[in-house]
Amino acid sequence: MTSYADYTTGEPVADTKAPAGPVNERWDKRRFEAKLVNPANRRKHTVIVVGTGLAGGSAGATLAEQGYHVVQFCYQDSPRRAHSIAAQGGINAAKNYRNDGDSVHRLFYDTVKGGDFRARESNVHRLAQISVEIIDQCVAQGVPFAREYGGLLDTRSFGGVQVSRTFYARGQTGQQLLLGAYQALSRQIAAGNVEMHPRTEMLDLIVVDGRARGIVARDLVTGRIDTYFADAVVLASGGYGNVFYLSTNAMNSNATAIWRAHRRGALFANPCFTQIHPTCIPRTGDHQSKLTLMSESLRNDGRIWVPKAKGDRRPPNDIPEDERDYYLERIYPSFGNLVPRDIASRAAKNVCDEGRGVGPGGQGVYLDFADAIERMGRGAVEAKYGNLFDMYQRITDEDPYEVPMRIYPAVHYTMGGLWVDYDLQTTIPGLFAVGEANFSDHGANRLGASALMQGLADGYFVLPSTINDYLARNPHHDTVTDEHPEVQEVLAGTQDRLNLLLSVDGDRTPDSFHREVGELMWEFCGMARTDAGLRKALERIPQIREEFWRRIKVPGTGEEFNQSLEKANRIVDYLELAELMCLDALHREESCGGHFREESQTPDGEAARDDERFAYAAAWEFTGTGEAPVLHKEDLVFEYVHPTQRSYA
Amino acid sequence: MKLTLRVWRQQNADADGTMSTYEVDGISPDMSFLEMLDTLNEELIVKGDDPVAFDHDCREGICGACSLVINGDAHGPERTTTCQLHMRSFQDGDTIDVEPWRASAFPVIKDLVVDRSAFDRIIQAGGYITAPTGAAPEAHATPVPKPDADLAFEHAECIGCGACVAACPNGAAMLFTSAKINHLNVLPQGAPERETRVLDMVEQMDEEGFGGCTLAGECATACPKGIPLMSITNMNKEWLRAARRAKR
Repeated sequence: MTSYADYTTGEPVADTKAPAGPVNERWDKRRFEAKLVNPANRRKHTVIVVGTGLAGGSAGATLAEQGYHVVQFCYQDSPRRAHSIAAQGGINAAKNYRNDGDSVHRLFYDTVKGGDFRARESNVHRLAQISVEIIDQCVAQGVPFAREYGGLLDTRSFGGVQVSRTFYARGQTGQQLLLGAYQALSRQIAAGNVEMHPRTEMLDLIVVDGRARGIVARDLVTGRIDTYFADAVVLASGGYGNVFYLSTNAMNSNATAIWRAHRRGALFANPCFTQIHPTCIPRTGDHQSKLTLMSESLRNDGRIWVPKAKGDRRPPNDIPEDERDYYLERIYPSFGNLVPRDIASRAAKNVCDEGRGVGPGGQGVYLDFADAIERMGRGAVEAKYGNLFDMYQRITDEDPYEVPMRIYPAVHYTMGGLWVDYDLQTTIPGLFAVGEANFSDHGANRLGASALMQGLADGYFVLPSTINDYLARNPHHDTVTDEHPEVQEVLAGTQDRLNLLLSVDGDRTPDSFHREVGELMWEFCGMARTDAGLRKALERIPQIREEFWRRIKVPGTGEEFNQSLEKANRIVDYLELAELMCLDALHREESCGGHFREESQTPDGEAARDDERFAYAAAWEFTGTGEAPVLHKEDLVFEYVHPTQRSYA
Repeated sequence: MKLTLRVWRQQNADADGTMSTYEVDGISPDMSFLEMLDTLNEELIVKGDDPVAFDHDCREGICGACSLVINGDAHGPERTTTCQLHMRSFQDGDTIDVEPWRASAFPVIKDLVVDRSAFDRIIQAGGYITAPTGAAPEAHATPVPKPDADLAFEHAECIGCGACVAACPNGAAMLFTSAKINHLNVLPQGAPERETRVLDMVEQMDEEGFGGCTLAGECATACPKGIPLMSITNMNKEWLRAARRAKR
C-alpha cells in the first residue's frame, strides 16, 4: 500500500471560461458569450442552493428574481444567522468617493499582491469591477452604512492599503449586509420562488451521469433523510476553519458540503491556505469552545509589546518602559504595528515561542492603548473603539482602558476551497461553488474587508450570469428519482454512515476527537509549518481516524433532534480534510501569504515565495479515504501584476 | 465553582417536559455560560445520557441563535446574549434554572431549543425593500441625513433572538416587528412601501399568535442590543397613519 503522502501528479487543470483579451473586457465578453435561458423557461429549472450566508443568500434571492425555482438549505434555524453575520470591519469597493487615487485597477492590483500572487487575474479583476455595483445594490436594499453629515457614505482605510475604500456599518457590517440579502431572500420566499429548508443539512451530493443533480439532506429536527433534485447545485456553505477546532468561525460552520462534493469528484484547491488573524482574544483554558476576533482596526492606535525578559510575570503596568519589547515597531520600523495579518500573527507566535508570551499559558501579547489615551484623550479612544473595548471587557473581565489588552492569533478564514473556473463551476458539471466555499479570488492571503465583497459579488452578480450558460446548454429532459441506482448508492451510504456513528457506542465524545485533531492541526499546520511537523501530522491523522471509529460515542438515535450526531458526522469529514491540508502544505515547499514553511524564508525571516516551482493553484483529486490523492496544477499567469517579493521592513 | 443546574428537559414538541437537576463541578469563572453547558454535556455523553439540546452558533453575540431563560431572565442577569454571559456573574454553590424561551408562538422543539420561524414569516410579510439585483441606482443618488441613517442603524441592530418575546408577560413580538419597520421606514429607500410594510407585518405578527402589547417594557429591558421601547411607539404611529390612508 502506498502512503498518503505519495501523491501523483495528473493532467493540469485549466480555466477555459475566462475569455482572452484585455483583462478589463473579459467579464463583459463572457456575459455576452454566455447563453441565456428564455425568461419563460426559467421557472422550469430548479436550482439548489446550500447555505444562506452572503454568497448563498444573495444567490438564492437573485436566481429567484430571475425566475428560477430555487430550493435552499441552511443548518441554522433561520436563513438570517449564517456566520457572515459576524464580520465586523467592512466591505471594499473601488468607488473612489474620496478622490484618493483609487480605481478598479488599484483594487485589482492590491488584491493580487495581497494574495501573494497565488490568485487568478481574470477572477480578481472581475471582483474589483463588480465591487462598485455591490454598494449600490446594498444601499438600495436599505443597508444602513455609516454616513457623513452631508448624507453621503463614509469610508475608512483598512488592512494596510493606502486608499480609503472600505464601507462599513459600525462594527457590524457583515450583519447588515447579511440582513439585506436575507430580506431579499425573504421576499422571494413569500413570493413562492424560493422553497426554504432551515434546520436542514446537506450530507451528500447526487451526481447522475457525471452531472450534479441534487443533494441528500437531513432534517435536523426529525432526523428524516431526503433527496432533493435539481438542474444545478450551488454550494455556498462557507469555509473550513473549524477543522482547527478553535477558530473564529461559528460553532456549527463545517466542511461537510464541500468535502462530500470533493469525494464525488470536485477538485479541492489550495487547502493549506488558511488565514490566521492576529487580533483575537486569547483562550482562557481547556474549556474554550471558540475564539473571538476583535477588529484589526485596533492596531491603528494600539501598540503591541511583550516583556524583554523571558517568563516575566509582573503585571504589565509594573514593567518599566525600557524592559518592554515593542517587537513589531522594532522589526518593521516603517509599517510598525500595521504590518499585514500573516506577518503580525507570525511575529506574535515567535515571541511566545521564545517564552515571552503573557497571560494564561504564555499564549498572548499585549495590545496597549496607554499612549493613545495620553495622546488623544480617553474620550476619543472611547468614541473610536468603545464597542470593542466593551466586548473585550465582557469576555475577559479586564478593563482595557487601565490594563493593556491581551491578544493572540486565531484561525479566521480559509482561502482554499473547491476549485472553480471563471464561471464558478467546479470540476463536476452543474456544481457551482460561491463565497468562501470556493478558492477563487484571494490567493494565499485575503485582504481585510474583501470576504464580504467576494461573497456578494459571487452571489448577486457572477453566478446569476454564468449559471444561465450551463442551464441553457444542458437542458435536463429526464427526471431523476430515488430509484436511480446512483441515488440509491448515495442514500444508502449516508444512512450507513449515520448508523455506524450511532452503533460504535465507544467511550469518547465527538468534541474530544474534534479537539484532538484541531490541536494537531494548530501545532503542525498552523502559523508555521515544517516538513518534519507535517509528516508527523500525516502519520497521526489516520491513527486518530481509526480511533474515532473505534471509540466514538453518539447517544440517542438518528430519528430525532440529535446535536451529537450532527457533530460526529462533521468530524468524519474533518478527519479526511485535515489530511489533505497537511499534504498540500507539505508539497508546497515555499512560503506564500498565510502559508509559512520554515524551510523557505529570507535571511531576515520573511516568507520566501518560489515562483519558479509553485506559481500554480494546487487542485487535488480524491481517490479514497487515506489513499494518495492526485494533484492537478493550474498554472497562474500574471500579465498585469508582476510578482514581487512583499517587503514591509 | 460548583453549581446545581435545574434544566428544562423535553424530548420533543409533543412530549411533556420537566425540570431535571444536575451538579457541575470545576467550573471556571472565565467560562461562558454555554461552555459550562458544554462541560455538562460532555459528562452526560460519556455516561450514555442524552445531552441537553440548545441553540447556539457564533458565540459572539451577533447571530441571535442562543436563547436561554436563566433564573427567569431572558439571556440571564447581564444585558447581553447567553453566549456572552460568563460564569463570573454567578457564585460558587449557586442553583441556576435554565429554561427555553416560553411563548406560544415559539413551540419547543427539544429541551431548550424552540421554533422561531414565526419571526421569518413576519419579515417575509414585508420586512424588506423591493430592490431586485441590478436595479439599484448609484449609491450616492439618494443622500440620507446622518440622523436618519443612525436611527435606521440603531433599529437594524436587532439580531432576531426573540428575547423580547420571551421576556414579555404577553409573549408579544412588538419590539422585534417594530425594529424592522423603523429600520426600513425611516430611510428614503423604504418610503414607497412604508404603509404596506407596517400593515402587512403587523397582520402577520397577529396571525402567528404573539400576544398583545401592554407596554410592560420588559422587552426593551431584555434586548441584548438595546432596541429602545420608543420603537414600539413609532410603529404604532406608522400603523395608524397607514391604516387611515388605507381607508381613504
